[in-house]
Amino acid sequence: MNGIRLPIELTAASVVTIAAILILPHVLELFALINATVYVSMAVLALSLALVWGFGGILCFGQATFFGLGGYAYAVAAINFGDTVYAVPVAIAVPALVAAALGYVMFYGRISDVYIGAITLTLTLILFNFVNSTSGDQWRIGAAPLGGFNGIPSTPPLNMPGDPGNPLPPEWIFAVAMLSLLICYIIAKLILRARFGRVIVAIRENERRAELLGYDVRAYKLGIFVIGGAMAGLSGLLFANCVFVSPTMFSLFYSGQIIVWVMVGGLSTLVGPVIGAILLNLLTTWAGTLPEINPSLILGAILALAVLVMPRGILPSLATVLGRFRGARGMT
Amino acid sequence: MALDIVFAVGFQVLSGVATLLITSLGLAIIFGMMRVINLAHGEFLMLGAYAAILSARAGLNIWIAMLVVAPLAVGGIGLIIERLIIRQLYGRMVDTMLATWGLSLALIGAVTMIFGNTVAGFSAPLGSFAIGSFTASAYALFLIVAAVILLGGVWAILRFTPAGLIARGTMQNAEMASALGVSPDRVYAVTFAAGSAVSGLAGALIAPFSGVVPTMGAAFIAKSFITVITGGAAMLAGTFSASGLLGTVATLGTFATTPVFGEVMMLAVAIVLLRLLPQGITGRFFRRAL
Repeated sequence: MNGIRLPIELTAASVVTIAAILILPHVLELFALINATVYVSMAVLALSLALVWGFGGILCFGQATFFGLGGYAYAVAAINFGDTVYAVPVAIAVPALVAAALGYVMFYGRISDVYIGAITLTLTLILFNFVNSTSGDQWRIGAAPLGGFNGIPSTPPLNMPGDPGNPLPPEWIFAVAMLSLLICYIIAKLILRARFGRVIVAIRENERRAELLGYDVRAYKLGIFVIGGAMAGLSGLLFANCVFVSPTMFSLFYSGQIIVWVMVGGLSTLVGPVIGAILLNLLTTWAGTLPEINPSLILGAILALAVLVMPRGILPSLATVLGRFRGARGMT
Repeated sequence: MALDIVFAVGFQVLSGVATLLITSLGLAIIFGMMRVINLAHGEFLMLGAYAAILSARAGLNIWIAMLVVAPLAVGGIGLIIERLIIRQLYGRMVDTMLATWGLSLALIGAVTMIFGNTVAGFSAPLGSFAIGSFTASAYALFLIVAAVILLGGVWAILRFTPAGLIARGTMQNAEMASALGVSPDRVYAVTFAAGSAVSGLAGALIAPFSGVVPTMGAAFIAKSFITVITGGAAMLAGTFSASGLLGTVATLGTFATTPVFGEVMMLAVAIVLLRLLPQGITGRFFRRAL
């Protein structure tokens, strides 16, 4: 069944992506288009945590670490290299390496659930505090000042490959973001279909049993954690291309938000967190325009309600309801 | 001359440890008794601070506002939250964390809407005293004393009172306690309210030097969370040893470099410690302590 469904799902995702790239830049105004690009970068971030937490069962409270690192690595490399295309692999490699180091310490140290949450959260806070304090001229990497609390407002956007003087217009950045999302989705789908992904899910379901069956649980967890870190880094890069990098990328609010997206969208789905990220971002942006209501209140209430009422997330709950409906109809 | 530096630094270390201990104890009580991590803990501190400042503004004596009103108010709020949210999620640790995280965001939003995003504050109600050629805040001394009394008080309640016995019994084996006629639900409700009350008190106690803003909890939740997790299963011994260690590192680090790096050092030490002792300090040492 999966064999038939996979091509259909991938084709559908590609069609949606191409349609969005062709249509949205003509429909949306520039500001809205840049906002849309931010949402897409958030969707990539949600996808990364969906892999790590939803399928890997690793409760990472600090996915924002890799998001922020990706953004900063991109900004610093782009300013130093001049040609920003070369900064792309850096923005993916740096968070992946940090995830590898952190994951090695955690998984090979046999640290589990809450303690992983505590450690990843702590790392985010360390970086938040550290980057916030890097104002002043002594804090620079090559030609790039880290800028402390203000971040790096002069984060250069991506340029045409091989043509540093020619930055991509916002429509192209949007297209790059959409394509990145599509690629990450396809990669995630393929991983989950492969043996590696099946073992990952088996470990989530029952770690002891997977281990007794002869799988090296530590290596598998490390693997999915690094992949998630690299994806989060890519999303940081995309974010840096629409806004600019600043210490808030490491903040508790971001780390929390990512978890809300995945939780509300649906654990152990891929499309759910993507939709969750986009819908909740639209919601918070809309709530931000209401003078009397604070966006945190809405976001928080949604998370609490989601946990209480639909602990498996909107998409799986919806699927259950639909399935019941269909089942009832089938019987008559 | 050198001696008063030692005393002044020692005093700072003690007050750093005391602050960490006070702000972590409420979280530790709830985690130790119920295996529930209350990520809205920072907002409970914030509510305690607001309760104190509002009742002080309404003309109440500042000490009564801080030491009586704040814990009672937040304890009451904790009781309601236990009913509405925590109770639905017993045994689902991760879900509890997520729900309380949502609660934390919602409380920040709600308080911002009501009181605005401005810093309110009241000055420390005590003056200062001298250590050799240094002056130290008398309020910091008060905090150290308060931390000792709070820790001793909770320990004495758990160790010597019938309620403490029931609480310890439920903590060790809820099913057995239930079979002996104790209602674990009630024990949990009381525990959560008590932990919330301690958090509320802590919020009021730190308000004079932290300032009162809706987002003030964020500065404490992570440190408290780390302290409690690093402490491990035995709530009092764990919190005491972890806040002693981490508070010392943070304060000495602050002296050697900047406050930011002091905090970074503390968090780094916590990570290394968790790597070495994955079950926290009391997973290895003081296992039989409370």
